[in-house]
Amino acid sequence: MVLAALLITGLGGCTTWDNFNKAFINPPEEIRETIKIAVLEPLTGADAKAAADEVAGIELAHEMFPTVLGKDVELVFYDTKSDMEELKEAAEKLTSEDVSLVLGCYGNAMTIAAGDILRQHFMPAIAITCTNPLITRTNPFYSRVCYIDLYEAEYNQVEHKLMDPDSELYAFGAEYVVLFQSTHKLGERHSMLDAAAQETLADERLAFIEAVCSNPRLADKKVICFNYPEIDDAVFGSYADKVVSSFTFQVRKLNYGLMTLAQRTSNLYVCDIAALQNKVGRDVMFLPNVYTSTEMVLSVDVLPAVAARVLDIICALRGNIKKCLILDLDNTLWGGVVGDDGWERLQLGHGLGIGKAFTEFQMWVKKLRQRGIIICVCSKNDEDKAREPFEKHPEMVLRMDDIAVFMANWETKVDNIRAIQKVLNIGFDSMVFVDDNPFERAMVRENIAGIEVPEMPEDPAEWLEYLYGLNLFETASYSGADAERTQQYQAEAQRVTLAKSFDSEVDFLRSLDMKATVSGFTPYNTPRVAQLSQRSNQFNLRTVRYTEADVAALAADDKAVDLSFTLEDRFGDNGLVAVVVMKPMDEESLFVETWLMSCRVLKRGMEDFTLNTMVDAAKVRGYKRIVGEYIPTAKNGMVADHYRRMGFTATTDSRWVLEMESYRQHDCCIETKQ
Amino acid sequence: MDNKEILHKVEEVFRDVLDNEEITLAENTTANDIEEWDSLTHVELVRAVEKAFGIRFTSAEILSWKNVGEMVASVARYKA
Repeated sequence: MVLAALLITGLGGCTTWDNFNKAFINPPEEIRETIKIAVLEPLTGADAKAAADEVAGIELAHEMFPTVLGKDVELVFYDTKSDMEELKEAAEKLTSEDVSLVLGCYGNAMTIAAGDILRQHFMPAIAITCTNPLITRTNPFYSRVCYIDLYEAEYNQVEHKLMDPDSELYAFGAEYVVLFQSTHKLGERHSMLDAAAQETLADERLAFIEAVCSNPRLADKKVICFNYPEIDDAVFGSYADKVVSSFTFQVRKLNYGLMTLAQRTSNLYVCDIAALQNKVGRDVMFLPNVYTSTEMVLSVDVLPAVAARVLDIICALRGNIKKCLILDLDNTLWGGVVGDDGWERLQLGHGLGIGKAFTEFQMWVKKLRQRGIIICVCSKNDEDKAREPFEKHPEMVLRMDDIAVFMANWETKVDNIRAIQKVLNIGFDSMVFVDDNPFERAMVRENIAGIEVPEMPEDPAEWLEYLYGLNLFETASYSGADAERTQQYQAEAQRVTLAKSFDSEVDFLRSLDMKATVSGFTPYNTPRVAQLSQRSNQFNLRTVRYTEADVAALAADDKAVDLSFTLEDRFGDNGLVAVVVMKPMDEESLFVETWLMSCRVLKRGMEDFTLNTMVDAAKVRGYKRIVGEYIPTAKNGMVADHYRRMGFTATTDSRWVLEMESYRQHDCCIETKQ
Repeated sequence: MDNKEILHKVEEVFRDVLDNEEITLAENTTANDIEEWDSLTHVELVRAVEKAFGIRFTSAEILSWKNVGEMVASVARYKA
């Protein structure tokens, strides 16, 4: 209350209490430099009450972090008075004053309007609670920190909203549609049917979901459909498995049918909350008294876990996935300390101590490796001792050829994980580190930002169930090529060794004997192209993510120029390594919608080879120039200067252009494989 | 445990769940009196009160309450 009163009397100028305090009550001994941050918020008018939380949050952050880079931060308040004209006036005013950044303002429409003015003055701004993507989409000076813009169907209106072509759902244009129909509703329907109709309940539901996914208005969206946690109604007991019309049979058939439907429907993703119920149990998942009094079909306690399962899928679809698992050895991969006990006495397998827990943990790791997760070792050990179990112990499940990078030495784990990162060239936030030792875990967590370090239970017997519950390795795609990834990284380690033996980089590159294939998008490479677009963060100029359906649509689009590149060398086949999508802007110009490359083939001249190919493809189609664009993200800084390096010229609208008339083929050591 | 003690403990649960230390409850307090008390937090409150006292309300009880006092009376029935 006091805070609000102060803010209101301090309008229009405006000093905060801090500055008032410094100026009149406790003057500072020395004058320090001050950074001024504008707070553009409705301090009065209709929105003031709702925006008060936003303002309080800013004040709190300011109180916690009153300085930046040793300079004092001062908040300067500008009142929008909850009015569009007042807002514009305030935004204009602040741009003429000595502020470095704007926080605010409240409401999507107001913020978009403020953004137009701030952009004209190159004034950076951060919206606090705004969710409308339009605020940031066309304005590089505005950032948002709140990302979910949600439309929710009214109670019991799921089918209506999906079937009505004029419904708010379609007008809203959401990227993701989450479809959750409860097992209870299914049971209600089941109870109203005769036995013959009960036998086709699952088919009828599946046809509905298939119709939803094939609706052209959802074709380029992602439909995330919850499956059905089972309710055993005990009408037939276990005999229900023999009765097609039983509820148990139909629920299981429906869940199985959803899996097969999702396999042939590229925009359908199943959110497996039946698996969640298997983990936590029916009696945690569901509370009858709460359901009966409120209609909630999920218990309050399980809601965070359900939300996490949905977000896991959305994060994976947006390329936020774990790619690598780094393992400690002693008392993590086996029981005991190999340096002290010798490999013969390690606890592994069914005979010795709690060996079974470690063996089953290794089996899980092996399955992750087969799926395409990169497995690395990081252990404080002598390397030869650490290798012995992998080479000699008959009950080891993991062998040396399962490990992409093997770090066993006496450096710190933090240093070793950084070294692993250099070889793999992936972000720390795509790594998981498993270690039994709480000290090592804390050290890694504190020193490597972004890495996931599960807080392992003390008893190794508990590990697997604990790790299952974290669902760390959600993915949005899978292709057979994933399984070859470990070999590719092992080959990369060999290349790094070979490179050191050459005097010049060109000699080294020539010795690799590199051959590339170029092709458009085909049914064969469609899943791979989609996957690379979802995984690539660093060498990715515009970070456009494609689903398989998107890739197929590009392949069918005559105007789009699609290029995919594979690269092999004397150490092996890297598989698909680069993707380019170009679309016509006008009769003479092609715009590069996507240019991305796997970081496994950096510094091999692949970008030159790619550009040569792009120019050839554009010329054949009669174009005169190629226009590129770099959209910065947190991770693609390495290509900020890419177009300049490749010989493009900056344009006034912050794009890059290459006039092909004067283009000379770039030299590179890669041949085209026919 | 008398109703006064129960009310005091319920108040602690409300403060904890709604993350507001300034909440004070009386027998006649209703959802209209507390800003953070909406339909979803209501369900959270019911669960939290159940856990705090180690009891399980019936669905009819959950639907019947008109104010905090009636919720306290329900708790008292289990804790008598």
